[in-house]
Amino acid sequence: MFGWFGRVSFVPFSKVQDFAVHLRNGHLMGTKCRACGFQTFPPRADCPECLSGDYEFVEYSGKGTVWTHTRIEAAPTGFESEVPYTCVVVELEEGGRLLAWSGDTLPDDEVEIDMEVQVVPQIFEDTPDIRVHYTVEKRGTTWHKAPGT
Amino acid sequence: MSRVGVVGIGHGRFGRRSDATVQELAFEAFRDAMEDSGLDRKNLDASVIAAVPEYHKQRSIAGVVQEYLNLNPLPTWLTEVACASGSAAIRTAWMAIQSGLHDVVAVVGCQKMTELETADILALMGRVGEVQWESVFGTTFPGYYALFATRHMHDFGTSHDHLLQVAVKNHHYGAQNPNALFQKEITIEKARASDPVASPFCVYDCCANADGAACVILAKEDKAREIAGDRVVWLDGVGCASASMSVLRRPDLTGLPSASEAAAQAYAQAGVGPDEIKVAEVHDCFTIAELMAYEDLGFCEKGQGGLYIEERRPYVGGGGVAVNVDGGLKAKGHPIGATGVSMAYEICRQLRGDCGERQVPGADIGLTHNVGGIGQYCFVHVFKNR
Repeated sequence: MFGWFGRVSFVPFSKVQDFAVHLRNGHLMGTKCRACGFQTFPPRADCPECLSGDYEFVEYSGKGTVWTHTRIEAAPTGFESEVPYTCVVVELEEGGRLLAWSGDTLPDDEVEIDMEVQVVPQIFEDTPDIRVHYTVEKRGTTWHKAPGT
Repeated sequence: MSRVGVVGIGHGRFGRRSDATVQELAFEAFRDAMEDSGLDRKNLDASVIAAVPEYHKQRSIAGVVQEYLNLNPLPTWLTEVACASGSAAIRTAWMAIQSGLHDVVAVVGCQKMTELETADILALMGRVGEVQWESVFGTTFPGYYALFATRHMHDFGTSHDHLLQVAVKNHHYGAQNPNALFQKEITIEKARASDPVASPFCVYDCCANADGAACVILAKEDKAREIAGDRVVWLDGVGCASASMSVLRRPDLTGLPSASEAAAQAYAQAGVGPDEIKVAEVHDCFTIAELMAYEDLGFCEKGQGGLYIEERRPYVGGGGVAVNVDGGLKAKGHPIGATGVSMAYEICRQLRGDCGERQVPGADIGLTHNVGGIGQYCFVHVFKNR
């Protein structure tokens, strides 16, 4: 199921593959170690602190601030039809960071370091198989695409 | 501990070498180094080959190089840490000599990149980032360094012109290097007008993929003196450190923590400080990378990299450390497996006083700073001429 994540996926399998299922259902999840409480995003099954493999998903609000960004003009193979796109790195309110494209509510030239943003789950509408990702949007933007709609 | 010395150096022409295979490129550099050292193949104990395998159609590249150099049945192995593979090969040769296992080791860095299309190279290099959480968003190698540049500009007021001044300098020196891919000066106006790649970068912020090879021959102290006499260049500091694969898990994006750590190790081991370095080869895969290197290596204060280039301090006679006065990756080209060895070649030439017009006066201590990926790996090597 992890292969659902991204328009182009390089990772079909992972211990945290349910992340993609949660994302399809509109939930952005990090992980928390059940043994020592270490919490992180991106998710990981194995605790880097205490080495425990006992973890649980915890929901993230998607609220965060822009850490840095770049507008990609020269695309790698597989992303030719997407350019230009802006990759934004967001520091999440609950800790950890993610990298994603700026979405429809956040034009490339409005992205600024330290601005408050909202990470929103997304489903690609134009692919035959299930493909999910998330975008960086203006604060207040909500997830509105329930599965199958 | 006894010392390890460089007793022979060789370099082929970097460029779009559609005239040669990777082993033929390796041979050019190896022959040059053997002639430089005056050694015969029977004096060698082993070879270390540096290359990044995925760019080659040929698998297991050490084997084909070793055969073409006619070095069978000597031991050989490959080192791979992305763009720092060359320095990793030098480090393992240093280790093999210091362990007492081998006395004289040839290090050959070689790479053929132009068999692939640029978009495919962008895709391969983008996957030097973390593929599970980052590459799915079409990250590219220039894109990663652009994330650093955006943050450095925000935090320290560094301008895009500061970055392009690095490119202007490196093309200035590339124009004096017959082994360089680009042997033409550029103006900042021309650099500014080049096509956008990943903001704030345009084409002239980026080094070029190239084919090429370089070779250095290392020997233990007594052998080195015997072979090369006064011409030995000593490798006295070998620093190496790593940092997270994922850009998301870095402490900050205005420097490379692996570079500052590797530098601290190398300075301590060689017993020198950054103020004693006369000439440096740093990893300018993108303009911001050279600017961050000034800071990570202690040539200037954190955040002052822009001012350092603006004041022309990294030029020969500029009053700072002369940096990349062979053109750097920017103008020389970046055959990724060869680059670290090419850096060592250039520092040895500088410390021997053989660089002609671009010779740094009084160059007695130099260093190489070779970065793999976006700083997942960094090797800093300190060289002395006595």
